[in-house]
Amino acid sequence: MSHYLDKDIFTGPKSKPTRDAFGLATSAMGETDDRIVVLTADVSGSVRADWFAAKFPERFYNMGISEQNMVAVAAGMALEGLIPYVSTFGVFITGRCYDQVRMLLAYSKTNVKLVATHTGITVGEDGVSHQMLEDVALMQVLPNMRVIVPCDTREAIRVLTAIKDMDGPFYVRLGRQNAPLVTSEDAPFELGKALMLQDGDDVTVIANGVLVYEALLAAQNFAEENISVRILNMHTVKPLDHDALLSAAHETGAFVTAEEHQCAGGLGSAVANWCGTNLPVPVEMIGMKDQFGQSGPAEKLQDYYHLRSTDIMDAVRKVLKRKKTS
Amino acid sequence: MSIPDKKTLGMLKEKAYKIRTSCVRMIHKAKSGHVGGSLGLSDIFAALFFKILNHDPANPHWEGRDRFVLSNGHVVPVLYASMAYAGYFPVEELMTLRELGSRLQGHPSRTNLPGIEISTGSLGQGLGVAVGMALAARQKNQFHRVYCSIGDGESQEGSIWEAALSAGHYKLDNLTVFMDRNFIQIDGNTEDINALEPVADKWRAFNWHVIEAYGNDFEEIFSAFDKAESLKGKPTIILFRTRLGFPVSFMDGVSKWHGTAPKDEEAQKALEEIDAFYQGGE
Repeated sequence: MSHYLDKDIFTGPKSKPTRDAFGLATSAMGETDDRIVVLTADVSGSVRADWFAAKFPERFYNMGISEQNMVAVAAGMALEGLIPYVSTFGVFITGRCYDQVRMLLAYSKTNVKLVATHTGITVGEDGVSHQMLEDVALMQVLPNMRVIVPCDTREAIRVLTAIKDMDGPFYVRLGRQNAPLVTSEDAPFELGKALMLQDGDDVTVIANGVLVYEALLAAQNFAEENISVRILNMHTVKPLDHDALLSAAHETGAFVTAEEHQCAGGLGSAVANWCGTNLPVPVEMIGMKDQFGQSGPAEKLQDYYHLRSTDIMDAVRKVLKRKKTS
Repeated sequence: MSIPDKKTLGMLKEKAYKIRTSCVRMIHKAKSGHVGGSLGLSDIFAALFFKILNHDPANPHWEGRDRFVLSNGHVVPVLYASMAYAGYFPVEELMTLRELGSRLQGHPSRTNLPGIEISTGSLGQGLGVAVGMALAARQKNQFHRVYCSIGDGESQEGSIWEAALSAGHYKLDNLTVFMDRNFIQIDGNTEDINALEPVADKWRAFNWHVIEAYGNDFEEIFSAFDKAESLKGKPTIILFRTRLGFPVSFMDGVSKWHGTAPKDEEAQKALEEIDAFYQGGE
């Protein structure tokens, strides 16, 4: 078992919402770096910005329900040398203020870190208005924008800490619900470098966010069938790890992508785009298929929209057949 | 800063003349651009760049500088001309406006040209950036001012009012905003399209100080900026009544000239009228 994995991952993993990382990481960084400011839009409890606010009230800005203004204000602060960590729900921080993100962050190359906390189908009961499934697509097409989807709270803390010292705009996608702690405490994070969680040579599952855990479960089951699965935790959607894809394409010859997002425009699209322009191998995609979600408990929605290990296994079987006939 | 003496007034007139003629020439050469607003704002920009702003064109990133944000980015010719004559870059470069490879993009780009604080051109965004700059200055105990130019048509964007609300909330008295109140937007008169009046009442209701002044008169311009700096406890907006296209007779207040470039003969006539205006004095 890779030392990047938490030792309890297959026996009874501990769980935490990745959004906790926002409160934990910003509070820790705030101790040593007074350039850190946190902005939110009337959701300070939900995004854990209140953890930072309790320690550093003078560097916390609740902008009210005004996301467009929040992003503009953050850009202005970044120009003055502060490092704004801006957080609200995924749908509002990308879609509601897209033009501001495009002009004032991406085009202007300002040092603003956008951190979405409520993303994907696992937002659950709030339904479509809050289940952002297109944010990675919107963000990854913007020049200068870097896009990261951590798989657990530990990784999210590593990400949020690392990007403090990387100039320019970032989009980090966190989640609301409890997610298993997949990675070990000492697993590394390097921007644009996929984390290989398991080696294998029949097929590569490329996953991020909560689907990384599902990919691990799928690979466990395949071990009994003598199918050897490589797992790449592709936390960075942009810049995409071309080296890891090249090795995986040569060495396994088939890909399955898995994400809690529309396949179109998400990780699936990014990987397929790489394959088509570099080294074609068959690709199957797990994710939302050009559809909105609906209200329901996160667990049930994940089943309903086929975002489970069993769905990844089906996709693996399918891609292996295509690999044989191609 | 106070009301300028005769000598200073003479200097400012000369700068405004150069800014106006440059705006006409650059937009004519580029065959596109926003000439009307640029001409109407030339006096305010001459006052800002040659007297009011505390800045160092040789060192555009000097930390103590006053910040200037052009939220109505389409009138950037007047900003480029002001910057060039102030010494930010060679005056000859003005004629590259909108050309492939030019630092003078059709709308301001901070990554292209030092001295541009933030890229704008999509309306309604610069004011929020200025609010962020003013908040940052307060947090860092810095004492420069933040100036922001907005359009009147631009104020139909909701994001202007989001920013106005937050500046009022944070009582940002290190922020001076001015509106180019010429009543003209691309499709016609602001009051016919989506009325802004009573616009002074709106800003007051958002907890701002409001100053109303005529924006094509240096004495009024100076006393307005002077007063804005002295007012405390709230942000201040100056509603500058300006004349789009001033002093070119056939452009004056005509919405067609919001965003149309003058053709050869029109440019010639405009330049002649500007010459005549400055030779004859005001």
